[in-house]
Amino acid sequence: MKTKQLYILILLMTFGFSNAQQTPAKPQTKAIAITGATAHIGNGEVYENSIIILENGKISNIIKDNTIKVDPSKMDVIDATGKHVYPGFIIPNTTLGLVEIDAVRATDDDGELGSWNPHIRSLIAYNTESKVVESLRPNGVLLAQVTPRTGRISGTSSIVQLDAWNWEDAVVKEDDGIHMNWPNSFTRGRWWLGEDPAMKVNKNYSKQVKEIVDFFNAAKAYSNSTEAEINLPYDATLGLFDGTKKLYIHVDDEKGIIDAVNFTKHNGVKSMTIVGGYHAYKVADLLKQNNISVLLQRVHSRPGQTDHDYDLPFKMAKLLVDKGILVGLEGSGQMERMNARNLPFYAGTTAAYGLSKEQALQLITLNTATILGIQKHYGSLETGKSATLFISEGDALDMRTNILTHAFIDGRQISLESHQTTLWKRYSEKLESQD
Amino acid sequence: MLLCGFSLFAQEYFPKNDGVKSVNSNYTAFTNAKIYINATTVVDNGTLLIKDGKVVASGTQVTIPKNTTIVNLDGKYIYPSFIDLFTDFGIEKPKRAEGSGRSPQYNPTRTGYYWNDHIMPENDAISKFKFDSKKATSFLNAGFGVVNTHIQDGIVRGSGTLVALNTEDGNEKAILEQRSGQYLSFSKSVTSRQSYPGSIMGSMALLRQLYLDADWYAKGQSSTKDLSIEALNNNKKLVQIFDAGSKMNALRADKVGDAYGIQYVILGGGDEYEFIDDIKATNAAYIIPIDFQDAYDVENVYLTESLALSDMRAWNQEPSNPKVLADNNIRFALTTHDLKSPKDFKSKLLKAVEYGLPKTKALEALTSTPASLLGKSTELGHLKKGAYANFLITSGDLFDKKTTLYENWVQGSQTIVNPMHIKDIRGDYEFNLAGETYKMSLTGELSKLKSEITSNSKTRGSKVSYNADWITISMTTKDSVNQEFIRLVANVAQNDNLNGKALYPSGSEMTFFAKKLPSETSEDKAKSTPETTAKETVPVTYPNMAYGFKELPKQETLLFKNATVWTNESEGILKQTDVLVKNGKISKIGTNLSDANATVIDASGKHLTSGIIDEHSHIAASSINEGGQNSSAEVSIEDVIDPEDIDIYRNLAGGVTTIQILHGSANPIGGRSAIIKLKWGKGANDLIYNNSPKFIKFALGENVKQSNWSSYERFPQTRMGVEQLYIDYFNRAKAYDQLQKSGKPYRRDIEMEVLAEILNKERFISCHSYVQSEINMLMKVAEQFNFNINTFTHILEGYKLADKMAEHGVGGSTFSDWWAYKYEVNDAIPYNAAIMHNAGVVVAINSDDGEMSRRLNQEAAKSIKYGGVSEEDAWKFVTLNPAKLLHIDDRVGSIKVGKDADLVLWSDHPLSIYAKAEKTIIEGATYFDVKRDEIMRSEIKKEKATLINQMMQAKNKGLKTQPIKKKEKDQMHCDYIDHETHTH
Repeated sequence: MKTKQLYILILLMTFGFSNAQQTPAKPQTKAIAITGATAHIGNGEVYENSIIILENGKISNIIKDNTIKVDPSKMDVIDATGKHVYPGFIIPNTTLGLVEIDAVRATDDDGELGSWNPHIRSLIAYNTESKVVESLRPNGVLLAQVTPRTGRISGTSSIVQLDAWNWEDAVVKEDDGIHMNWPNSFTRGRWWLGEDPAMKVNKNYSKQVKEIVDFFNAAKAYSNSTEAEINLPYDATLGLFDGTKKLYIHVDDEKGIIDAVNFTKHNGVKSMTIVGGYHAYKVADLLKQNNISVLLQRVHSRPGQTDHDYDLPFKMAKLLVDKGILVGLEGSGQMERMNARNLPFYAGTTAAYGLSKEQALQLITLNTATILGIQKHYGSLETGKSATLFISEGDALDMRTNILTHAFIDGRQISLESHQTTLWKRYSEKLESQD
Repeated sequence: MLLCGFSLFAQEYFPKNDGVKSVNSNYTAFTNAKIYINATTVVDNGTLLIKDGKVVASGTQVTIPKNTTIVNLDGKYIYPSFIDLFTDFGIEKPKRAEGSGRSPQYNPTRTGYYWNDHIMPENDAISKFKFDSKKATSFLNAGFGVVNTHIQDGIVRGSGTLVALNTEDGNEKAILEQRSGQYLSFSKSVTSRQSYPGSIMGSMALLRQLYLDADWYAKGQSSTKDLSIEALNNNKKLVQIFDAGSKMNALRADKVGDAYGIQYVILGGGDEYEFIDDIKATNAAYIIPIDFQDAYDVENVYLTESLALSDMRAWNQEPSNPKVLADNNIRFALTTHDLKSPKDFKSKLLKAVEYGLPKTKALEALTSTPASLLGKSTELGHLKKGAYANFLITSGDLFDKKTTLYENWVQGSQTIVNPMHIKDIRGDYEFNLAGETYKMSLTGELSKLKSEITSNSKTRGSKVSYNADWITISMTTKDSVNQEFIRLVANVAQNDNLNGKALYPSGSEMTFFAKKLPSETSEDKAKSTPETTAKETVPVTYPNMAYGFKELPKQETLLFKNATVWTNESEGILKQTDVLVKNGKISKIGTNLSDANATVIDASGKHLTSGIIDEHSHIAASSINEGGQNSSAEVSIEDVIDPEDIDIYRNLAGGVTTIQILHGSANPIGGRSAIIKLKWGKGANDLIYNNSPKFIKFALGENVKQSNWSSYERFPQTRMGVEQLYIDYFNRAKAYDQLQKSGKPYRRDIEMEVLAEILNKERFISCHSYVQSEINMLMKVAEQFNFNINTFTHILEGYKLADKMAEHGVGGSTFSDWWAYKYEVNDAIPYNAAIMHNAGVVVAINSDDGEMSRRLNQEAAKSIKYGGVSEEDAWKFVTLNPAKLLHIDDRVGSIKVGKDADLVLWSDHPLSIYAKAEKTIIEGATYFDVKRDEIMRSEIKKEKATLINQMMQAKNKGLKTQPIKKKEKDQMHCDYIDHETHTH
């Protein structure tokens, strides 16, 4: 019985109708006030009984303790008493929109041939109409850093919002950073050639690091060149030296992280973030000294080695945050795109293993925005920032209560429907009608 | 010195064209020796009398005939020479089959033989044998006199050949037994690319079926010829030697053999000590390799971080393996197998003795035990009358580091390893040359002397060689810029000093006289470090790795006070409630309970639930898929449980107590399941449920039609074909069942028996499924054969036909929110569980994933978000409902008096993201405790530090090291296929 009521409730909340994909929302024309909610600002603060005013796509005001009066004639009022408001969650380092179905090669566009691909840009392949993209929004994930894979330098990422007609509409920050896969200290034996498949020490490590240094030296030399020829890879790299692009170094092991930090210091790269960072907690002091942030690997993963603490992936965030490191959560790995909607629960787990709930929230909102360089406009519920936020029935970091009633991107109230909710309703109705 | 001439010229009936046909009937006697007639019978001052390659007499009362050549051994030792049962001596390594490897090969390449290319009992080692003198010498130098050799290839490898390492004569003498032992293994032949079997469980099933077929054939029931089976039946009387190569596979091999009345002699892996009780229980004799590994090179701290405790322990503990086997009275022989060269044998053997292997046992393991395992106790392994004259002459105790092996006699034919009468010139010397005083010390083995020469406490570069009473030394001059040498040559026959001459680079010559210094110092050194006590190793835990228990958890009487109890029964969720656990069962539920013997656990503010049950898991198994054929009903995961998988412990930490390990989804009819409790530390068989309900995995869709990898050879390639495959198999099973019940003779077929169990409703199907059409199809096929599908697992489109499922009575065990990883999961929705539940289907949430399984409470909670399932019902999705689907809900799945005390104490609401399992209890024993886990972490750290220190010491002593390896466990899913079956 209860469930029937819920179906009706959700049917009432439905906006667009079930096309294959949801229609992007129109720009905000009228001011909106969200009243009475517990507002989780994203910077660690909580405003009880808040009023949030959304105007022209921005948060024009946010106050606590309901101290002003809202005039319903001038704006739409959403009574969110007992509910919770959060800044839109951000999933960094994801192949979202680059692959639709893993097993269908024709739908895979996430990794280009070759080792040195800074010029390869994810943005133009980002599919705004991916069914996976729309499935993230009902869980509060509203922004993504779309990132290519493979190679030593896999390419250039861009940051998008998840309700758009095309990639030009979607872009929040174009070509924000270059992603580099640091050489591994271990390599796997090629079992298909009869080698022992165990991980063995990578004998080429130093050579591979030198190749990186050589590439960067060449790019720097190129920047001073007076020759007319364009070298696409070097050209794409230049932003790293003037600080317009960030270098994301994907690296997990302790020594690799230290080497990556030293490499950054010595090669004129202005800004670097560690991605993955399984062992970052071991070198937290070094990262702190060098002001290096971490996009931490998927929380819901198994420990990397038999001997490691069973909860190491759960508590890594706490270990880093305690050392004063700026930490965001990423989720790359198997089934990363469809799992990106579980980002809030990754954060929730870090709260179960040491962080406060508001600290955990920062890992998927303001911290990530700061790391990605979009914190001026996104990542927290602060006056003047983009009205990219959502209302949840309860604690959005807990799956029991992460139930969205409204979501806004730049003040546009977006659909919370998807291919999946459409099927849910269609077949629920079919079965209901048979009763 | 050389004693030739008493060997017969070839066979006696051979014509002789190069001289007179002479017969030598002389004797040879070795006198004044300490003779080990066998490992336990030793005589001092004994005589060994031999003739025609055999022992005539041995002991103290030996009458020496007149026509005897006497060799006075002057206190030296005689031992029977060694026997190695596991070699490929004289047999070329089989060549790998050629092939592009694009697509698996399903059919055999032979005709007239067994249908599976990897079954080759017809292979005879003798047919490929060619005496390899070079290899023979290396065995002889290591003390071996006889080896059994075989073709090391395939699952049934055919008969071996017993060879004496007689380098003087030809095969007519060297071959002691043409067909000596039959060899088997779990590994496929490299000579064929036939894909079945692709897993250890497949190899086990294949052997079982082969034995059944052989029996059927032996009874004359087969209408066709099978040369393999004929050979197998012909080899039946031979000792059956199984290449297991590890403790786990040893237990598996024994299980196969026992079912058919065959007791294999098992080639072990050197890790038997870890599971010694189970190993002993096999009652098998073992052949044990002693390739103890070198210490890891732990100098690089970053790389060392990746080294697993279990690998470190293996280095520390392995040398004690032979001692542990001996202590447990397990019969075993030692082998050079797995060593790079027999050359390394002595040092490893001494190491085993150093770690406590009694010398007598060591000698038995090299002589009498292998001889008796081959049924050759009369003629091999000792030096009594009638035995082959296969013996060693040594300078002293065989197990003493300083002992020199002088000679190795095989069938009365002599091989000199080190000259016996060579003078021991090792020691310290002093000499003067051109006004300078030099000190020289000669050390090492006599055949490989090492020299160190110093002058004015500066070391000179020097090299020494020593041969037949002459020593030559070259040493560098003082001038270190121009590399020039002073050459010394001296004769040692006269006295202890060295007399000779020195040649300078200039060409000038002078007298060289080195005086031997008294040798007290070196003897004192030797005496001061007596190694009488066996070397200690770090303790073995259960399992023997990180987070293993020193002692297995015991059943306790436990009283949980004031918990929030999720009963899963009509009582619902009880607050402030006590639960008493006794004898592994839930004994009482109520308030104000007490029990004088109970350990009281304050559970106020905490939640107590029954343990989580994962209907679909692939952890804790050594293999998952037998995809070599479209049906593999004959295989069983119960055969390949891996109790040492760390994911067992991690799952416990996530509140999981029971899992069904399902076969993978590589074929429409998969293998049988194992339903186990996660009793971390116990052996594989102790994990399996008693009277376990019988299950089998079926699969539909992309995997079984091999859509996502290059394979176009195997039927079916479409969903249409899948239906017909099922109908075909069930028709055949029905016919088989009828024949079996009729009492007429029939050929036993394990696969058909398993399928008939399904028809007879004795075995249940859990079917991997995604798309509604094929789900519907399988229900209809089942109905056609008058049974029901028990569970659809994954069942991601279950919501599209939940009504039909409810009507059929099948359960749905689904993912909470997976989708988009392949085409057939495009319509998968997270509301699936809720919709099926609402339609009346028994719903479970499963993992199919070693990571997700440790958060199944969270996955269940997603059903609240997606579809509004109530909390109590959502919780049942991972406890009571999977128990129902597995037919174990009478034992587990809820908190009810009389049920198994499989419980989890949670820090918080169990469906909340913030909940942590604090205690996980199975049958009243606490297998996970968050506080104990903390202690284990610090112990692991400490033990690793100790072992690293030991490895550093080993390296500093100059011992060889090996590079660091990083242990990584494969994450197994449905699609997981063992490495060996991959073809590209």
